[in-house]
Amino acid sequence: MEYAIQLTNVTKTFGKVIANKGVTLNVRKGEILSLLGENGSGKTTLMNMIAGIYFPDSGEIRVNGTPVEIRSPKDAYDLGIGMIHQHFKLIDVFSAVENIALGLEKKEKFDMKVIRAKAKAICEKYHFDLDLDQKVYEMSVSQKQTLEIVKVLYRGAEILILDEPTAVLTPQETERLFAVIRNMKKDHKSVIIITHKLHEVLAISDRVAILRKGEYVDTVETKDATEGSLTEMMVGKKVELNIERTQPKDTVKRLSVSNLTVYNREGVKVLDDVSFDAYGGEILGIAGISGNGQKELLESIAGLQVTAEGSSIKFYEKGKEDKPLQLIGKTPKKIRDAGVHLAFVPEDRLGMGLVGSMGMTGNMLLKTYGAGRSFLTEMKGPKKMAEKVREELEVVTPSINTPVSRLSGGNVQKVLVGREIAEEPTVLMTAYAVRGLDINTSYTIYNLLDEEKRHGVAVVYVGEDLDVLIDLCDRILVLCDGKANGMVDARTITKEEVGLLMTNLRKAGAQE
Amino acid sequence: MSTLIAWIIRAIPFGTIIMFGSMGETITEKSGNLNLGVPGIMYLGGFAGFASSYYYEKLSSDPKGWICVIIALFAAIAASAFGGLIFSFLTITLRANQNVTGLALTTFGMGVANFFGVFILNGASYTAAPLAYSAFSKKIPFLSSKLGIVSKVVFPYGFLAYAAIIVAIVLHYFLNKTRVGLNLRAVGENPGTADAAGINVTKYKYLATCVGAGLSGIGGLYYVLDYNQGIWATTGQIEALGWLAVALVIFTTWKPLNGIWGAYLFGMLYWLYQFLPNMLGVKVAGYVTDLVQMVPYVVTIIVLVVVSFRKKKENQPPESLGLSYFREER
Amino acid sequence: MSSETKKIKEPFVRIIKRDGASIGNKVLIRALAIVLALVVDAIFIFAVTGLNPISVYGVMFNGTFMTSIRFSWALRDLVTLLCIGIALAPAFKMKFWNIGAEGQVLAGGLATALVMVKCGQSLPTPALLLVMFLASIIAGGIWGLIPAVFKAYWNTNETLFTLMMNYVATSIVACMTNIMRGKASSLGKLNMSTQAGWFPQFFGQRYNINILVVFILMIVMYFYLKYSKQGYEITVVGESENTARYAGINVKWVTIRTMLISGAICGLAGFLVVAGRDQTISTSSAGGQGFTAIIVAWLAKFNTFYMALISFLLVFLSRGAAEIASAYSLNDYAASIIEGVILFFILGSEFFINYKMVFRGSKQKEVQE
Repeated sequence: MEYAIQLTNVTKTFGKVIANKGVTLNVRKGEILSLLGENGSGKTTLMNMIAGIYFPDSGEIRVNGTPVEIRSPKDAYDLGIGMIHQHFKLIDVFSAVENIALGLEKKEKFDMKVIRAKAKAICEKYHFDLDLDQKVYEMSVSQKQTLEIVKVLYRGAEILILDEPTAVLTPQETERLFAVIRNMKKDHKSVIIITHKLHEVLAISDRVAILRKGEYVDTVETKDATEGSLTEMMVGKKVELNIERTQPKDTVKRLSVSNLTVYNREGVKVLDDVSFDAYGGEILGIAGISGNGQKELLESIAGLQVTAEGSSIKFYEKGKEDKPLQLIGKTPKKIRDAGVHLAFVPEDRLGMGLVGSMGMTGNMLLKTYGAGRSFLTEMKGPKKMAEKVREELEVVTPSINTPVSRLSGGNVQKVLVGREIAEEPTVLMTAYAVRGLDINTSYTIYNLLDEEKRHGVAVVYVGEDLDVLIDLCDRILVLCDGKANGMVDARTITKEEVGLLMTNLRKAGAQE
Repeated sequence: MSTLIAWIIRAIPFGTIIMFGSMGETITEKSGNLNLGVPGIMYLGGFAGFASSYYYEKLSSDPKGWICVIIALFAAIAASAFGGLIFSFLTITLRANQNVTGLALTTFGMGVANFFGVFILNGASYTAAPLAYSAFSKKIPFLSSKLGIVSKVVFPYGFLAYAAIIVAIVLHYFLNKTRVGLNLRAVGENPGTADAAGINVTKYKYLATCVGAGLSGIGGLYYVLDYNQGIWATTGQIEALGWLAVALVIFTTWKPLNGIWGAYLFGMLYWLYQFLPNMLGVKVAGYVTDLVQMVPYVVTIIVLVVVSFRKKKENQPPESLGLSYFREER
Repeated sequence: MSSETKKIKEPFVRIIKRDGASIGNKVLIRALAIVLALVVDAIFIFAVTGLNPISVYGVMFNGTFMTSIRFSWALRDLVTLLCIGIALAPAFKMKFWNIGAEGQVLAGGLATALVMVKCGQSLPTPALLLVMFLASIIAGGIWGLIPAVFKAYWNTNETLFTLMMNYVATSIVACMTNIMRGKASSLGKLNMSTQAGWFPQFFGQRYNINILVVFILMIVMYFYLKYSKQGYEITVVGESENTARYAGINVKWVTIRTMLISGAICGLAGFLVVAGRDQTISTSSAGGQGFTAIIVAWLAKFNTFYMALISFLLVFLSRGAAEIASAYSLNDYAASIIEGVILFFILGSEFFINYKMVFRGSKQKEVQE
């Protein structure tokens, strides 16, 4: 068997974090290999070492049987390796053809006309719809991805690595992408797809390699694999989520969103006439492919988004159920000053929820620092609170004054969730609360959320893992293309049904 | 009319100084490095050019103009590129803050130039390199005499004034039409992307900063050996010119071709106080002339503000201007 | 066939981010940087002048410490530099690159001088000083406010904006001094005969008020940044604007308020310079200190006490260089060179505090923490 890439005992660490530990993995020539693993299992880091972004601490990489050193992306290109990153590596102010011309081999003559002609030929061969003179900042996500693929093909890559290519695509776009990938296979190119979507793995790949917590588990033939067997390898044991779910009781309406519409900076409608209610004592899940308006939805409620006219978000604070407060048009500070107990665990923990350079104490203060008349900040309360969170959630930190940016991802999230819960919220919103966390910490978070629910809090849980959504939540709102595409009962719905709602917009008028 | 001609004749050499300065800084900034050491670099270039030609004239038994030009240019470019190298090493390799390093470089460059300058002056308040001056300010034969008004306005300058225009045009072509220029712009916009495309970001940043500094240094050289008639005097003049060069980069929205007219406009504005009242037949008090000196800076501020209002992508500073790049950072 | 297998090498040196160096390490690295810089400067001094560097450094020491007058001059220069550094601290902490201290100092100084001249005869001393003080902080504040407003509302690049504002201020000062001096060749000391608006002397020391004001300011700013609500807001905005918005902080207002404070303290520095040091105003009143202070504030990482230390080092150098200049008939610009070299070394040394290097083959020996 001829191998395109052989990795032997590859290890990579970042400070004290081990991203990959002794990974040994082979990629055959002319195959489509899926690299499967949970978030944070080290898939992207491993591929970045092949693409020359990172250099391994130890281990050997062979390309076509020869041991190689890949010190830079250029080295990778020279070896015929091209990677399409999740965050596109494109220059915004350049046109498509300029981006293609970027970093081309010296021996190739630099003539824009020739480059354009060659790029055009590639586009025609694979039926890409790409305007070569369009500036990247005017392109849609899928156009940008197309450009990335054309770029790599232009360089004659024999080995293509795609990092979660379907995360941002519509089902139709995904199908088109898969067709392209199959065409590439026909050209005897090796394709590696990084993903955690099982049905895609089964649909497209020849073999599946599985990583777990930075370590290599196994490679199996796709035809011998099932979703169940893959999941088992991915997480280490059969997923019996076993999330404690209590029956909602004494549900009271806490939040009423109606006709919420939001346009993003480019003027694109990202939320389209969304309406729903959230009740105390239940967990409302929000499902959808990432980028379908989840972020904007939560940020609108938190007062961080400009909403379109006609939108309404009513908040029913404890004890003031008869006098709902309109949140639209209020800043986060005004919302808080109005006596609303709204907790929000944002997706970007260190970039939005916490201040990385401050310790736990400083971070406990973040939303309440302004309380009281004093010119100085009050430190005793936050210090006590930090001690309490550290103890109750078992935050591992050298001291409550250690900058939180030095803590591991799980501990960072515990600090954030700990603070938000400590404020005894009426409504608690979380966005991707367990992303990148290990199983144990994830369960800590699930249990915390369920506990909040039992205390009568209205919990809004934006998640990506359907198993969790179905096992944890009481009702699930499915977003698709910025629209509310259905509100379902989590206890009776199946994963497939949710998946369908996420990807297929129902006909207008079918709204319940 | 004659006043206008006199005005233009004054403005173009002035513009030439800052055109060199700003072309150099444009290359540097296109690589994402904001080098605020331009004044220091122009000091280094001006002084090295002056000192080398001064000693050549003094020590050689039969000094020749063209050798003088070569020596002065070589020394000026080498000295100012060395300034760029210090900046590059500190900000690229050692990841020091660019603003702070640039300002320290300005202090250093001014110090070196003036310290040794005083050595050469040896007590006198100024000293001159006459041969270098005559060589640098030599007019183009025929063109400068036979074309009437055109000769008078367009061709009375030394060769560096035309070289500056050529540099601007070449730079425009280089940035927009060549492989290396495209790569350089990519480095300044988004070094991560450039890196992924196989471009050696460190090399580009080093080269752009050193080459840019060398080019800026020619501005200093032109100031001393042509504009200031080969006279080295210990004044703060070059510093102000250096900051004007930085201003001009912003004014041109990082486009070299704009630099040509922009530099002359700055020259016109700078000399406005002397010529405009004359043209209009009014007399203005001395203090007004002081006030007029701020016009180029005010104009630059206005450009900066307008560009930020309009948010047109093509007119913005290079996206990663002022930031260090570290590939394995996470 | 004895084809040698291609040996796989690690890169010669790899750079790894440190998880915070210990205090001892930090001090050691910085001290080493300064010593190295002094060695480089010594080589430079010897190469150029042929003098014994050790004795030259000895002479430098005299520049600050030989007489009490010199020491008082050194203190005066120190507090001027420190005052501007303190002014910049909140702006830098907010990651607002205020390169415009030079102009803000001039604006404050000019306002002071104008009040001195206009109201020198009509107001009693305490009232006069108060008006001068207010005028200086308002003028400096406005000079800081303008770029801040544009930054807050339109995200106009503040580094370039504040830099340009320096020269606008210089031109205005040149213009106003020109008017004030009238036909005289230079402006000279303001209110020479009445000494109205001059700081009174205490305990025979001319600069006691300057020193006292800046000393208080140093302590107040330290606590302001570390313990006040506004200081907290500044830290959050500097760290991440998104976090600030999430926390309900009005980012625009904090930006504007902080620059108002920064500019106002710069203006106050102008007041101290004009009323307490020069008793006059010129385009060189700020004398480049606005730029040097940027380096001071940055190196001290916004800790005002460190700023005092670094300011002292720089002032010591420049006074020392002036001393060398007169002792060996060199010139003052030696100070700029020595200062430049030391700054390069300190700036470079930060790298070794934030990162560590792992050389090829050395990692087995590396001690695991």
